[in-house]
Amino acid sequence: MSFLDPQIEMAHGAGGKASRRLIEGLFTPLLFRSALEPLSDAAHIAINGRSVAITTDSFVVSPLRFPGGSIGELAINGTVNDLAVSGARPDAIVVTFVLEAGLPTEMLEAEVRAMGMAAEHAGVRIVGGDTKVVEHGKADNMYITTTGIGTPLGGVDLGPQTVRTGDKIILSGPIGDHGITILLARGELDLEAADLQSDTRSVFPFVEAMAEVAALGMRWMRDPTRGGVATSLNELARDCGLAAHLFEDEIPVRDSVRGACELLGLDPLHIANEGQFLAVVAAEYADIALNILHQTAGGDEACVIGEVREQPVGAVLVTTRYGGSRIVDMLVGDPLPRIC
Amino acid sequence: MKFVDEFRDATVITKTAEEIRRLAGSSRRYRFMEVCGGHTHAIYRFGLKDILPENIELIHGPGCPVCVLPMGRIDDGLSLAHDPNVIFTAFGDMMRVPGTQGSPLEHKARGMDVRIVYSPSDALKLAKANPDRHVMFFAIGFETTAPSTALTLMRAKAEGVRNFSVFCNHVTIIPAIRAILDSPDMRLDAFVGPGHVSTVIGCRPYEWIAKDEHKPIVISGFEPLDILQSILMILRQLNADEHKVENQYKRVVPWEGNRAALKAMAEVFQLRPYFEWRGLGFISQSALSIRDTYAEWDTEQRFHVPGVRVTDPKAAQCGEVLKGVLKPIQCKLFGKECTPEHPVGALMVSSEGSCAAYYNYEHRKAMVHIMGQPA
Amino acid sequence: MCLAIPGKIVEIGHESSNLATVEVVGVRRKVDLGLLQDDMPVLGDWVLIHVGFAMSKISEQDAIDQMETLRMLGEAEQAIQEVRGYGLGEG
Repeated sequence: MSFLDPQIEMAHGAGGKASRRLIEGLFTPLLFRSALEPLSDAAHIAINGRSVAITTDSFVVSPLRFPGGSIGELAINGTVNDLAVSGARPDAIVVTFVLEAGLPTEMLEAEVRAMGMAAEHAGVRIVGGDTKVVEHGKADNMYITTTGIGTPLGGVDLGPQTVRTGDKIILSGPIGDHGITILLARGELDLEAADLQSDTRSVFPFVEAMAEVAALGMRWMRDPTRGGVATSLNELARDCGLAAHLFEDEIPVRDSVRGACELLGLDPLHIANEGQFLAVVAAEYADIALNILHQTAGGDEACVIGEVREQPVGAVLVTTRYGGSRIVDMLVGDPLPRIC
Repeated sequence: MKFVDEFRDATVITKTAEEIRRLAGSSRRYRFMEVCGGHTHAIYRFGLKDILPENIELIHGPGCPVCVLPMGRIDDGLSLAHDPNVIFTAFGDMMRVPGTQGSPLEHKARGMDVRIVYSPSDALKLAKANPDRHVMFFAIGFETTAPSTALTLMRAKAEGVRNFSVFCNHVTIIPAIRAILDSPDMRLDAFVGPGHVSTVIGCRPYEWIAKDEHKPIVISGFEPLDILQSILMILRQLNADEHKVENQYKRVVPWEGNRAALKAMAEVFQLRPYFEWRGLGFISQSALSIRDTYAEWDTEQRFHVPGVRVTDPKAAQCGEVLKGVLKPIQCKLFGKECTPEHPVGALMVSSEGSCAAYYNYEHRKAMVHIMGQPA
Repeated sequence: MCLAIPGKIVEIGHESSNLATVEVVGVRRKVDLGLLQDDMPVLGDWVLIHVGFAMSKISEQDAIDQMETLRMLGEAEQAIQEVRGYGLGEG
């Protein structure tokens, strides 16, 4: 075990460098046999000759409800999306609840209803689960874990090892909506953005659409949740030994997200999303992929934001309109507002 | 975004860069210091170094209020957080800065009540909302931020909010610039002046730099075009053998400064006889403390603060980097023991610290160039 | 010390004479006008915001002038080159 931090900090759960250190340094050597394989959102395993995709995720968001969604929706869509971006059709989900004693029933009911609706919308069955109750103060109202299984889509072979120089990087839509919505919903920063809401949704329809026409060109996908686009692409760059070059102007960011980020000194590339995906697609398939995305409901804002290049190895480079460039690293800990 | 996007116009930026290239020629090497950490940040964020000609070198100055704070002061502030009755509040910039017992965030992980605020008035609001706890605000910043702290203290007093105090670490910019110019190892041609500090102090306080030190100083805004235009104005002065104070950031900076802000500062603060700056040592009359008339709201007068001096680890060369004498990569700990995740000194943690900026923006590009490997 | 953003005053004087609501591309925040007492801004003015306080009013005219100056860069030089091209010679 090579994880040297003496205690667990919030940073270890933020999805950036610290999380990666924990996973690579502690979990992988002790739990995951095939430590040589890069870890991805969902694992595809063979059971009796049949391929099954499996993934799990926990949701500890506060506040429970926020513009555009709630923890229940996130719990379903998050797992659906992990399966989707691994190149699998989501089939079934099991749910565990850790509930805090004192939680009002109507809050629980609201979330369970939200989960039911999200599952129906995403076309997955919820087939079982477990519930535990802990003392007041130990679960921030509720923690939800969802584990999903799915069926890998035929013809789709994803993985960093398939990525080549010249491949295009496609982003499904504007970034930062979810993370900023949550930040504002916490109410600590006295900011309001009337039109802003979480982007939580299933991205499987987009994956399915692309797989229909561009399966041969699909290389790698990820849903950029905690740590944002920057973290996901840094992981890609490291895993495939190449570089992700982004064109700043091409990256869609809503005005209100931009405004909030400017006010707080945050970079939209580090902010969590819950309804977007990144797809690396062979150059010759990029237009086809984009086309089908634009024709799919909710995919009209998909665009190419960059491409894969050789250098600088393992890094994400963002270029501005006037030729200046900067490296965008993985998130270190949670994004913190700054005044300087 | 109005008043932002125009100053990021690509065509005009290209034009301005060409003009800079023309004026800079190729025979002379220029060394300009950008005093303010916000400028350092902007230069990297917009990739301005890529646009400027090779013979213009930008030296990062000590204008990072987090970076210049000695570790002992952080320890002092955090010592109060141990009291379960106290809510420790600070800006996000402070949260990852290491003290000898860890950073504020690490203290939070250990169960202490540490909270981020965006404004000193948020801290005062917190005090009003928690009458049975004491809210301590760890104040940092140059003259840009000090007036807001001052006004907040005036309100606290006027409204009789007794469970609120400020641990004051405000510093002033002019003594820092003086210390840089007094340093024998520095050779500078001109200064890109701090735009936002100047909205408060105006442009007069810099006149000695032009008159006595014979160096141009242009007070600059923070958008790419602001910084480029300032460099242009500096080059014009140098080429004409002039040295004066100029205000590039006219749309925001009044030549005489902000009287109301200065008045609030004078009402609440006084100059400390001396204050220790990380890297620059003790500088007289360079920092603010709270007047006796506000003693009840001064953390240092109200509570016992250990006041232990903590010297930086011997191997860390934060001081030389702060002064611009060393480049971050020349510090022995850079990129090895000291990284943004495991910072030894504040320059690696603060988003405006030279080391963090260098690490995030240049180092990885440089590493690839040298070794062809990921950093 | 440096992160300050331009915002437009969209509401003023409701809760207190010192507070205003400022908007930055659709994001609203309350700011304190206490430091601009000597020259209070009015509805529609643009101010520079730092840690929740308005630091200064932003002069639209100065901003326009600045952009004009920059846009004209190189044009003076171009004009000089043109004149040279006419072969009229200089001193």
